[in-house]
Amino acid sequence: MRSNLGFFSDEKFRSIFFQTLVVGLFALGLFFVISTTSYNLEKRNIATGWSFLQNPAGFDISFSPFLEFKSTDTHLKVYFVGVLNTLLVSITGCIAATILGFILGIVRLSSNWLLSRLVYIYVEFSRNVPLLLQIILWYSILIQLPRVKQSLQVLDVFYISNRGLYSPRPIFESGFSYVLIAIVLALISSFLINRWAKKRQDKTGQQFPVFSSSIGLIFIVPLILFFILGSPLSFEHPELKGFNFKGGLVIRPEFIAMFLALSIYTAAFISEIVRAGIMSVSKGQREASAAIGLKQTWIMRLIIIPQALRVIVPPLTSQYLNLTKNSSLGIAVGYADLVHGFGGISLNQTGQAIECMAIVMATYLSISLTISFFMNIYNRSIQFKEK
Amino acid sequence: MKKLLSIFAVVAFAFSAHAGTLDDVKNRGFLKCGVTTGLAGFAAPDDNGEWAGLDADMCRAVAVAVFGDRSKVEFITTTGKSRFPTLASGEVDMLARNTTWTISRDVNLGFEFVGVNFYDGQGFMVPSALGVSSATELDGATVCIQTGTTTELNLADFFRLNGISYEALPIETNDEGKENLFAGRCDVYTTDASGLSSTRAAASNPDKWVVLPEIISKEPLGPLVRHGDHQWGDVVRWSLNAMIIAEELGITSENVDAQTSSNVPEVLRLLGVEGNYGEMLELSNDWAYQIIKQIGNYSESYEANVGPDTPLEIARGLNALWTQGGILYAPPFR
Repeated sequence: MRSNLGFFSDEKFRSIFFQTLVVGLFALGLFFVISTTSYNLEKRNIATGWSFLQNPAGFDISFSPFLEFKSTDTHLKVYFVGVLNTLLVSITGCIAATILGFILGIVRLSSNWLLSRLVYIYVEFSRNVPLLLQIILWYSILIQLPRVKQSLQVLDVFYISNRGLYSPRPIFESGFSYVLIAIVLALISSFLINRWAKKRQDKTGQQFPVFSSSIGLIFIVPLILFFILGSPLSFEHPELKGFNFKGGLVIRPEFIAMFLALSIYTAAFISEIVRAGIMSVSKGQREASAAIGLKQTWIMRLIIIPQALRVIVPPLTSQYLNLTKNSSLGIAVGYADLVHGFGGISLNQTGQAIECMAIVMATYLSISLTISFFMNIYNRSIQFKEK
Repeated sequence: MKKLLSIFAVVAFAFSAHAGTLDDVKNRGFLKCGVTTGLAGFAAPDDNGEWAGLDADMCRAVAVAVFGDRSKVEFITTTGKSRFPTLASGEVDMLARNTTWTISRDVNLGFEFVGVNFYDGQGFMVPSALGVSSATELDGATVCIQTGTTTELNLADFFRLNGISYEALPIETNDEGKENLFAGRCDVYTTDASGLSSTRAAASNPDKWVVLPEIISKEPLGPLVRHGDHQWGDVVRWSLNAMIIAEELGITSENVDAQTSSNVPEVLRLLGVEGNYGEMLELSNDWAYQIIKQIGNYSESYEANVGPDTPLEIARGLNALWTQGGILYAPPFR
């Protein structure tokens, strides 16, 4: 029977055959695309290659909080500035979206009708309006703030205008490093205290006020040290000189618009994920823990949340990926992220679209894979461990 | 492997090669012309929704040369950034989008500038309330700048040369620039002087804005096509030249019919009465006659769109004929 139908009746052979065929066709297709592209580029005398990365950019980027950028710097540096700006808005956005999303998700489940309805309206609104419109909305609101010469003054040290939020810049004087060391030591010791207290509780059942003692260690000890050392910290205040404020720290409206839009938009999704996670924990768990006399806050912290996290974390990861990728919309308000700076201005000034886009895509891919990698580790650590 | 490669080369060639832009345009029945997203005086829809302006006229002139009909154009809007990919990919047949002719665009990007239809230079515009009278006083100012333009590079050079600092606010389109400038998000708007005049004319109160005297760059703006299609390049080049030559010879849309019986040989050659210049370009012999008849000569187009009697109020200046103190000069028509 088998010999009559030949190799094709062999399931193993068939599966290898088709898989090889698919891979081969894919490789052939890829080869075809690459060779066609390079052939056409050459034929149209369009420059290719990577040497443009070393050429001076020739333009300025004003929003570069981490690297000093001058117009004589290279396109490669434009790339790094873009990556840092993308990471800045993504990381701050993810943190804010997580905090806001968790709070809203829990409030949504609250028995207070008004609160839960308000959150419902918020979620439905921000989930269902395109993100690009929200970014532009926030930006349009922000540039309607007073002009720089009529800045609003808050608490005598902050200035708000449509050029951004100006605040004093801290200047660390000698001796401040001791305070930093004290903070680090306090963090390490509270971690150790936490472990010790847990062990002791497991053994003896006695509890130790870990939270308040840690707060004391982390805040009060460095603060005392700070004053003993004679307050080694001063502030540089922004001053209105000529066209703009000089000195101080500034947060630009482009960044604020991106940050607000990204975190508010993503928080709506996260709050739904959190709500689903909490609701996935069966009612019996809550009732059982109440029956053995646990406090309401403990039930949440010790019983509900750890079980809910198993449901929450995987979709949360994809929200982080979405937020990071959505940050590429910064171009709409002139936020100097990777797509706007390197994938936009450099691309346009050098004309090397394929190279620039390839680099930008590879970068987003790497950032996304890194986020997934760490979130997967975290996910494994909270999964149910059978003992 | 070599054989495989050559097969690919042939297939790739079949995909990329076409009969030539002129034939493509003729077969399609209309011209696809890349213009700005809206810059009054150069290319912007007028009250009737018709595209009008110096660049729009350039597009129409080419359509007239090919079809004898000024309406056979599809205007495709492009931003400072999308214009080059749009042209390179063949989505438009030509660009007439106040684009500065530079060596890198001409050579490295694979385009061909066929001439200059407006000599411009980069300037600065500020609110008059700011009390600034020179660009060198702009130390520390926030400058709105369109990205992906030559002006962006000139700006960096100018401030570096003068040792003063500035903060760039990158914007995508002229409208975005207007919005940010009028809201006070930036102190200064910089672009080609003609663009500033256009922006100023669009302000609710133009007197509140001043264009500073400094012109910091050369910006020869002209139509461009893809590199390598010389026949098509010639059509666009001579459509522009025909309008300039018509002005030199004093031929206007009004007197063009009378001029066909002129006794000046170059007039007769231009209008297709003598010689077979249209045939050389694979156009009808009265192509230039039709351009002048339907669009007008360069001066007519200039005065109607950007000249002193329009809201833009731009004097001829450099754009006057070489015989009248400008640098507008077309090669002889023979």
